[in-house]
Amino acid sequence: MWSRESLEAMGERWTERVQSVRDAIRPFRRRIMLFLAVVGPGLIVSNVDNDAGGIYTYAQSGAKYGNAVLWSLIPMTIALYVSLEMCSRMGAFTGKGLSDLVREEFGFRVTFFLMAAVLFVNLGNVMAEFTGVFWASEAMGISRYISVPIAAILVWVLVVQGTAKAVERIFLAICVVYFAYVISAFLAKPDWLVALLHLLPPQLMQYVPTIKPYVEVPKFDAAYAVILAGLVGTTIAPWQHFFLQAAVVEKRVGPRQYSATRNDVLVGSISCMVIVFFIIVCTASTLHVKGILDVDNAGTAAIALRPLAGKFASLLFAVGLLNASLFAASILPLSTSYVVCEALGFESGIDRKFGEAKIFYALYTAIIFLGGFLVLALGKFANAILLWSQVLNGFLLPAVLIFVLILVNRKDLMGDQVNTRGFNWVAWISTVAMIVLTLIVAYTSIHDLFVHPSS
Amino acid sequence: MLTATELMGAKAYDAQGHYVGKVREFFVEPAEQPNRVAHFLLARGSFQPLVARHDQVATIEAGKVELSVPERALGPYQPNEGWLAVTKDLLDQQIIDTSGRKVVRVNDLDLTEQRTNGNVELRIAQVDVGLPGAVRRLLQGIAPPRMIRGLQNRLPAKTIRWEFVNLVEPDPLRRLKLRITHEKLEDLHPADLADIVEELSPAERQGIIASLDEETAAAVLAELDARLTTQIVEKLDPGKAADILEEMAPDAAADVLGELSKETSEELLEEMPGQEANEVRELLEFDPATAGGMMNTDFVFVGDKSLRDEVVEWMREQDLNLDQLDTIVLLDGGAQFSGTVSVARLLLAEPGQSLSELKMEPLLNIQPNADEKDVFELFDKYNLRMLTVVDEDGRPLGVITVDDVVSKLLK
Repeated sequence: MWSRESLEAMGERWTERVQSVRDAIRPFRRRIMLFLAVVGPGLIVSNVDNDAGGIYTYAQSGAKYGNAVLWSLIPMTIALYVSLEMCSRMGAFTGKGLSDLVREEFGFRVTFFLMAAVLFVNLGNVMAEFTGVFWASEAMGISRYISVPIAAILVWVLVVQGTAKAVERIFLAICVVYFAYVISAFLAKPDWLVALLHLLPPQLMQYVPTIKPYVEVPKFDAAYAVILAGLVGTTIAPWQHFFLQAAVVEKRVGPRQYSATRNDVLVGSISCMVIVFFIIVCTASTLHVKGILDVDNAGTAAIALRPLAGKFASLLFAVGLLNASLFAASILPLSTSYVVCEALGFESGIDRKFGEAKIFYALYTAIIFLGGFLVLALGKFANAILLWSQVLNGFLLPAVLIFVLILVNRKDLMGDQVNTRGFNWVAWISTVAMIVLTLIVAYTSIHDLFVHPSS
Repeated sequence: MLTATELMGAKAYDAQGHYVGKVREFFVEPAEQPNRVAHFLLARGSFQPLVARHDQVATIEAGKVELSVPERALGPYQPNEGWLAVTKDLLDQQIIDTSGRKVVRVNDLDLTEQRTNGNVELRIAQVDVGLPGAVRRLLQGIAPPRMIRGLQNRLPAKTIRWEFVNLVEPDPLRRLKLRITHEKLEDLHPADLADIVEELSPAERQGIIASLDEETAAAVLAELDARLTTQIVEKLDPGKAADILEEMAPDAAADVLGELSKETSEELLEEMPGQEANEVRELLEFDPATAGGMMNTDFVFVGDKSLRDEVVEWMREQDLNLDQLDTIVLLDGGAQFSGTVSVARLLLAEPGQSLSELKMEPLLNIQPNADEKDVFELFDKYNLRMLTVVDEDGRPLGVITVDDVVSKLLK
């Protein structure tokens, strides 16, 4: 029989064992907690990137050019990582946000014009997010005149209520909807070897005799340049740099925790591009091969998901799009008004009362409601808004990168953490490439405007 | 009233009316005079920049400076760490507004003219942190000056008097040369100062904490979040860090040390005086998620046989933290926990009453290895403000106060 003593002794031994296990895992737990405390901004910043404008641009480029745009993904991943890493490094080693540094080193006027540009371009991005909402709701049979105002009010309230952080996590969780594209891409049974082959530049591959028959070489014309600029603009957005650096500062990442942050940025950049790869392959093998070359509404875009969801494809697409749009819409206006107010010296922050930070709240409210209003007013040009908001990002990006590059190479700010020479090369080459691309787009669109004024 | 922006780029002419150059920068020399513009840097093309001293200036107006001496009387410019450069060190930089207790960014400076025998001296009157300064910075040189003046008069002004401006300079040597002290910061409430410190960059933060007196520094560190505190303490000079930790309550010091690496925390403990270090060491033994990890060994205890008057008399002589004290622990003859008495009861008791008659009911205490959740529950259930932690023999080890619980819950 079990005596009371033996039971108690057993219980005690058990408690001791639990305690020893606890003691053993404590150091690990602390290390993991530290890692989790630092990780996040890089992942969030790259994932918010696959927003409405992003999904549209990827779908559009996949439909129009098939595999022939895939080669741009590898250089873009490198450019994304390089440019984001510089900002996170600046955040960790100076402890100041990007807009603060621009203000302190370049003065008020430069900062003002940069902020005006950021505001304008980000308003375009917010409009793109609301266009995403409007597409998603129409696909679900809800009028945009109901869905867009509700979305605007929802986003506004969530952030002002201070629940944004929690909601952010929910959105991040729903990002798994992107895997629908991954699965759909597999179900569409594309020729994977050919798709992977196109990760290398087809312009060069066509000269390799054995590969030549499989290579689709894109014709480099104005439309192609716009798509490329849009792709660059949507994956490497100016606002990301401000957001990431501010988040690194806010998370109090110091030199010691920096390596974790760098990994976070690296994982974020690569995971973002992997998703892009699958979206493009998916749309290429469902739309492009069938001769649907233009994605002009949610219905067409949803066809890409048919291999997975069949007749529920458009619903799945709508849910994914809605999530992506709301996720970005809850982050963009806030981070924009924060960055602008910080740089220009206005009181900012959600923890301040309305009376203390009037300009901050006014700006935040204006971005959301003006964005929503413009989308409703310009509903006919929805796809133009989506593409051009991304192209505008591409216009602003070189300017931001030049500031970043000047600042990150300043010894008095960064000490021995200035860029290495190789890093500088990669960064400058991507910047120059983006400037060239932007100039081509600007030239061709102005040219088109005069040659075919009707289009 | 002039502003720094209006003066910047002004054309300077010497006593004969010859053009000398444009005002590129101007400096205050705090070692001589805290708010006087002492030197003007004049630059013309590729010529060597010249410096005009304050007593070489005859008149000043927006866009124009007239010197009282010929050009050859001016000296060449040599960088000087003891000069505060208005554009480089002040405009667009963050400063601490000690009257408004916050960190703000400088948009412009308002200068007043003072005439002294034939010269004009400029003094910094206030710092512009509002819209008028911003508009001026944006439009200066683009729009006509009259329009700018007209526009800025209609905007709400937001300025800080120069006496309330506290500069932030991370480099300690430069701080000394510029005569920057943080005495004004020491008068702020530690919680306000902690908010200010949080808004600054790590280097600036470090500079401020290092230059505060130990008592204030300890109070500020206790208000900061754990990660910041660790980062700051790690980078402080060990001697200074130990002095600050010594000023902190033992439980707060243990919390800080617990976050540091073993070597650093051991090094700091070595630097601390024996008794304090031992108290902290004992606390470090406890898991932060238990009652022992939350308790503070610094508490007030008296024998339960003592009379009300004796206790009050004794308390008067001790150096107690009266703002935080609200409960006293009672010990019996065997030095074991016998109960607690609230200060309010003590206050209202008859002079000759024994403390054991004033005990709070029910008698509560907790073991150091109890989980923090049990602590929270007790505080919640009995509306406690303080709970005594006792060892197996019933001897009090320390106390947990309600503020420890609140900060634990907020994490």
